[in-house]
Amino acid sequence: MSLEVNIKKKYKGFCLDVNFHTNGEYLGILGASGSGKSLTLKCIAGVERPDEGKIVLNNRVLYDSNNNINIIPQSRNIGYMFQNYALFPNMTAEENIGAGLKLSKKEKKLKVDELLNLFRIEDMGYKYPAQLSGGQQQRVALARIIAYEPDVLLLDEPFSALDSSLKSELHTDFFDMLKLYKGEVLIVTHSRDEAYRFSKNLALIENGRITGFGKTKEIFENPKSLSQAKMIGCKNISPCEISDNKIICTDWGIVLEADGILENCSYVGIPSNNFKMVNEGGINTIKCKLVNAVEEIDKYTIAVENNNGNENNPIYFSVNKEDWNKIKNKNELYIKVNDFYRLI
Amino acid sequence: MDWSPALISLKTASASIVITFFLGIFAAKLVVGMKSDKARIFIDGVLTLPLVLPPTVLGFFILLVLGVKRPLGRFLLELFSVKIVFSWTATVLAAVVVSFPLMYRSARGAFEQVDNNLIMAGRTLGMSERRIFRRIMMPLALPGIASGGVLAFARGLGEFGATAMVAGNIANKTRTLPLAIYAEVAAGNMEGSYGYVAVVVLISFIVLSLMNYFTIRGSKYTDKDDLK
Repeated sequence: MSLEVNIKKKYKGFCLDVNFHTNGEYLGILGASGSGKSLTLKCIAGVERPDEGKIVLNNRVLYDSNNNINIIPQSRNIGYMFQNYALFPNMTAEENIGAGLKLSKKEKKLKVDELLNLFRIEDMGYKYPAQLSGGQQQRVALARIIAYEPDVLLLDEPFSALDSSLKSELHTDFFDMLKLYKGEVLIVTHSRDEAYRFSKNLALIENGRITGFGKTKEIFENPKSLSQAKMIGCKNISPCEISDNKIICTDWGIVLEADGILENCSYVGIPSNNFKMVNEGGINTIKCKLVNAVEEIDKYTIAVENNNGNENNPIYFSVNKEDWNKIKNKNELYIKVNDFYRLI
Repeated sequence: MDWSPALISLKTASASIVITFFLGIFAAKLVVGMKSDKARIFIDGVLTLPLVLPPTVLGFFILLVLGVKRPLGRFLLELFSVKIVFSWTATVLAAVVVSFPLMYRSARGAFEQVDNNLIMAGRTLGMSERRIFRRIMMPLALPGIASGGVLAFARGLGEFGATAMVAGNIANKTRTLPLAIYAEVAAGNMEGSYGYVAVVVLISFIVLSLMNYFTIRGSKYTDKDDLK
């Protein structure tokens, strides 16, 4: 199973230019809102038309500007779950699920009942979407798409329409349901958590362009560029200079040492949980003072800087509440950097 | 009171609303589906023009096309012996032209309010464009379309200017309620028009109540009462 996408589409002030392929494993597309994620999915589904390029699904050409091929969405056999689920408000859950099925009445009824069971919404069949909870709507939407037996499943921000308090519960549920579908899945999201949990492979998209592509774990563990580090949520980034096999972080006024060749490194990123509080100076240890602290549910996020740094770019790191009590009255702190990203 | 104007008015408004209803929906569907903005603006302007033009001007245009000395009018008369002007058909024609923009604009607004994502979802689910129109667009636009239809019916019922121009004021034939009122008052017989005025006000009020009913019923699918 494979999906190849290489498309361009221009708007006033925005240009989508993406190129990626999938290999049968779940692919996540992570990007901020307005980065072109949804538009990419819409082009694949055929409800938007790219200006140029090519889309090939399992060796079937869906769109090819060179040969003037543009298969209508009805014939593409692609399941698209819309951000707000796009359930037809004038149809019951049952009717929604059966809406696209080209079967006799009897067969349709059988199929719809089977799906209602499969998705554990047996009692909801007669209800209208407005009478369903967000989670139930999500299931109906997924059932409706899977009923149609698509070759690929495109999920557009599947959780953005749900209450955040329900999200983590529904994540697990949704994933169990998704396993009922044996095929390619593309999931678009602006949430790092969702991207990390759901996708084996990840494409990062920024301003209509793919800025990173690879195994999800590798990207999160070891981002390669400034924009990748930002996208996976690294808060501490400083420009740097290399001298004598040492890295001088100019924004922070600190020097880091590292093994290995340090070529092509123009930024340093440190995840906010990659610090350790220590009692005295040493290698890769920063002497700094506290400038800000924000209490969160289970930790404190504190901002520190040393006297040589740029005060607009402090270092953030998280400490548990126990440690916070030990350091909150200290004038000087020593923090040790465990590991950091070398970014181009 | 002579009841013939009331009957003629009801007959005219009923016949014209059937034509206007389908014509309006058809035109609205066409305009909503247009890809070029320029073409849409132009066509929309032409279709809405009867709303703002004085009815006498509309009557003038109808005469210009269908008058017995005009090519089309003469053609109909000579080949089919059909004379449209100054006949009952002319009252219907005048009502259709005048009420059309109300129907068209209501239907267009109602179609445009249907969430585009629903239409796209229908397409990705393999529903044909016709099926999408029948099963999604029409049901969701229905409250707006129904209230547009009611409004157009009321407008057709009250049509005066264009009717006077193309159908005249022939008793028992083309004299509708508004024309009857005008004729009575012009003859200095105010009392004679009371009955007609009452009938017009009554029917119009019933029609507007119906329209509100449709609008309220439109919220059926978003009703959360059942959620307990």
